[in-house]
Formats: sequence, structure tokens, C-alpha cells
Amino acid sequence: MGLGSDMYRQQILDHYKSPRNYGEMEDPTFTHVGENPSCGDTIKIDVQLDDDEETIEYVTFSGDGCAISQASASMLSERLQGMSLDELHDLDTDDITEMLGVTISPMRVKCAVLARQVAQDGAKLYHGDVEDLDITKTED
Amino acid sequence: MSTQQTYPIDVESIRQDFPILSRKVGGDVTVAGESENDTEPLVYLDNGATSQTPTQVVDAIVDYYYGYNANVHRGIHQLSQEASVAYEEAHDRVAAFINANGREEIVFTKNTTEAMNLVAYAWGLEALGPGDSVVATEMEHHASLVTWQQICKRTGAEIRYIQIDDEGRLDMDHAAELIDDSTRMVSAVHVSNTLGTVNPVGDLCDLAHEHDAFAFIDGAQAVPTRPVDVKAIDADFYAFSGHKMLGPTGIGVLYGKEEILEAMNPYLYGGEMIRSVTYEDSTWEDLPWKFEAGTPVIEQGIALHAAIDYLDDIGMENVQKHEELLAEYAYDELSAYDDVTIYGPPGDDRGGLVAFNVDGVHAHDLSSILNDYAVAIRAGDHCTQPLHDKLGAPASARASFYIYNTTDEIDRLVEAVDAARQLFA
Ligand SMILES: Cc1ncc(COP(=O)(O)O)c(C=O)c1O
Repeated sequence: MGLGSDMYRQQILDHYKSPRNYGEMEDPTFTHVGENPSCGDTIKIDVQLDDDEETIEYVTFSGDGCAISQASASMLSERLQGMSLDELHDLDTDDITEMLGVTISPMRVKCAVLARQVAQDGAKLYHGDVEDLDITKTED
Repeated sequence: MSTQQTYPIDVESIRQDFPILSRKVGGDVTVAGESENDTEPLVYLDNGATSQTPTQVVDAIVDYYYGYNANVHRGIHQLSQEASVAYEEAHDRVAAFINANGREEIVFTKNTTEAMNLVAYAWGLEALGPGDSVVATEMEHHASLVTWQQICKRTGAEIRYIQIDDEGRLDMDHAAELIDDSTRMVSAVHVSNTLGTVNPVGDLCDLAHEHDAFAFIDGAQAVPTRPVDVKAIDADFYAFSGHKMLGPTGIGVLYGKEEILEAMNPYLYGGEMIRSVTYEDSTWEDLPWKFEAGTPVIEQGIALHAAIDYLDDIGMENVQKHEELLAEYAYDELSAYDDVTIYGPPGDDRGGLVAFNVDGVHAHDLSSILNDYAVAIRAGDHCTQPLHDKLGAPASARASFYIYNTTDEIDRLVEAVDAARQLFA
């Protein structure tokens, strides 16, 4: 590994310092929030669906936290545009690390996947697949 | 820079006693222990969380298991007698170390947290009720904060928190206001594990006693780092953990004044803690065994004895001087950066730890980057979440020092912090 701070390649830092699609939507199709209790990371994701109610048209996020969680949310907000809800559902942890393009140390994986989890849970709530989920929490 | 730093203790030779300090890190964390990909020499600055273990302590554990492993207080056979004597002597050793009257006042628990809970359950649940108050501080560790908060909820007592000032010291005027005739317990941390503040615990005990309240001092960060005299402090209860003072995990100490422990009911029931049992009723063993139900922490007690011997050889005054030297050095080096915020009192008036944040860098990112530099620190709220809320930071990075740390290692810390600053600038 050495001293290159592998996890903090330019791309991550760039998204952290200049997050894409940052903000809140006026009238999203669905919205959901989540947090990472051990780090204090928070993410809110707003999703606008196409008229087909299946394709993601536009995503915004807001939140606060470490570079990994925020950069991951920023990248995901770009990535999700044009995706179907099914494709969102299928995104796994490997997809997220691939998207980030760096090796995430085991203790930080929950930071990396928070945004994905929030988006997926938001979609599930929208579909009525789950109820009673006020806030997504990544486990410790 | 610290080319020719001299220390109050012989750090060079102390380091020889800690094999782990010569390991390298940086490779695969799913493999426990050093492996091929580990290339960077470890800089261990997370002693506030747990300290490393010298060969002398591990040897004591090995000698016990290979030489006289047996249950205590049960067998008449020789091994059991040897183990019982060693286990009892461990209590005596702890008593002498903190100037308690004797083993009657020393209860072995699992850790500081359990010592706190023992008193909260055995005394608090019975003694507290509506109209009573427990006075804690804003800088309490969750071990005491959550415990008293919950016991107060259950009993209807009120919990109050002594404020801290801008430099992270207790506001003693506020303490004098809060501690009144309704107060039954004052629970205060001796050395803050986040701010590094060394609290005037003797004064707090006096305030408690003026109102006929008890005082419980959390010494988890104090006993490992400075001479502690429970009689001089006049604490009614005092607690600390073996694993932060070169000992193993799984052992904590509850000191309690004999007459107070005597009057308290047991916390856990079962074997070892009884004198006689009938189907109808039971009577209790003498102190401290009344509070040590079931097979106790034999190995850990014996190992704690060895750890105390090790520290006493160095001398706790010297340990304290070394801690202060490192804390001041780290404070000065880190405060040279405008974008570094250090919590707690100035460098020349604190225990051996420094918690800080770098503007624009989340503590967990900082900790990850420091890890790339082979520097082990803690990032998070250090079990003082309400205090972090008050400081306005969800988390901080904390470097905490011990007898084997050097200013060179702090230079390495500072180098890594600087790298993180630049990366995020
Ligand atoms: C001040 C303080 N109190 C209590 C504790 C709790 O110690 P333990 O986890 O060993 O019970 C700690 C250590 O984490 C501490 O620093």
C-alpha cells in the first residue's frame, strides 16, 4: 500500500470537494434518508422517475460526512441517471467499489455503500416492498 | 524536530519488552498478525483505547497456565492453593498501588464499565428515588454517563451535568451549584479520555461529602498514567481497567471504601460469593469476594499484578512526566497548523492524549490516511458523544501516548496529518 493514500485518489477527492447533483429536489418521486451511526455520515437522496415510473430521470443528494460516503453519493447520483429501478435493486457492494475505482478498507465499506443503500431502500419504500423504515442505518 | 530527545524514562529499553512494537503494518487486514505485505513500521498511538502488553505480563499468564492453573477458593489440592494465593495477592498488589487499605476494598470486575454498573445496580437502584440527584460531568465517558442516566430514569432520580469551560476544564462554581442536599452521588472522570483534562477530583469528592453524597471517580485514563492515591482523593468508589495499563482485557478494578462495600448488597449471585446456603436463604462471603460471583478472572488478576510490578519499576511519577512530555510535544507540533483544532486544555496542562480535527477532513478520512502512514490512532466520538455534540464535531481524531512512545513517532503523526491536509486542501 505504501504512502499513496490509495483510497483518496483524485476522483474521490474531486467528487468530495465538488459534489455533483448536490441539493434537494422540489418535488421528487421519492426521497429517503440514511445515516452511518458510527461515523456520523448522513445522506438524503431525492429521485425523480420518468413517466414510465420505472426509469430514473434525475437524482440529487445532500448530506454530510467523510469523503468516502459523500464521494460515493456524488458518483452514484450520476450513475443512477437512466437506470431502471430493477438495475438499482441489483447494484451490489462490488459495483460500488468498482464505481469508486479504489480499494476500500473493510472498516470503511459501510461509508462507501451508504448512498446505494439509501437509494435502494427509497425505491423499496416507493414500491411498498417495505414499510416502517424511517431511516436507513448501515450496521457497525 | 526531535533528534536528540531525552526522556524521563528509558524508552529504548522499555520498547524491547513489547514485541508488537517491532511489527510492520500496511498489508492485508483480514490476516491477523504480520504478513508479507506489511512493510511499514507500526506507530501505535491508540493507548487510550488499549495499551500493548510486555513480555513480563504475557510470561505471568504463561506461568499460570503452564504451572498452577486451577480454580480458586475451591480445591484443597496444591494447585488450587497456589492459584488462590496468587489471585488474592493480586488484590493486595492493586490495593497497595492505589493506596487502598487492603484487599477488602478491591473488587475485580470485567472492566471499568462493569465496575460502574456494579455500583449503579447494587447501590443506585436501591438507594435512589424521586427527589434525589446524581451529578456527573459533561465530559463523562459513556461508561458512567449512560449508566447513571439510565439508573436515574429507572429510579426517578435527576441527573445533572457539570459544565466545561472553553478550555475543556470543569466549571467548579457550577459544580458547587449543582451538588446540593438532594445529591446522592457525584460521578466524575479523573482524566478525560477526549479532552485530556485532569480534573480536581479531590475537590469534587469534598463537595460530595459536604452534602453527604458519595463520589465515584472514573480512573480509566488516570491509573495507567500517573500516581493515584484513593485516600488522598477521598473517593468512595474508584474504577479502572487492566487493559489500559499493560494488563490483559477482561479485568477491571472497583475500589470502594470498606464500610460502604460492606453495607451494599451483592450485584451478582452464585458460587464463590456465599458463605452458607440453605434452600431458604444464603449469607455472603467477606469482602471483596462477596462481589466476585462465580469463577473469577484468575489469569487476568495475576497478569494485572505483573503489569503493576512493571509500571512500579518505572515509577508512576516518571510515567506521568513522560506522558506530559509527549502530550506537550504533540500539542505544540499540531497547533502549528491553523486548520487543526485541538480539544481541551493547553499542552502543558493535560494528560497524555490529544484529540483534534483538521478543517475539511472528516476524522475517519484522517484516520484512514494516518493508517496509510502506519500511524494507529482512534477516530470517532471516543464514547463521549454528548461531549462531541457540545464541541460541535461529530467525531475527532485522538492520539494517545504511553511509556514506549517517542517524539519521533509524533513527528510521524504530524507528517501524516500534514499529508492529509494537503490532500484535502
Ligand atoms: C475515561 C474512561 N472511562 C471508562 C472507560 C471504559 O473502559 P472499559 O471499556 O475498559 O470498561 C474508558 C475507556 O474506554 C475511558 O477512557
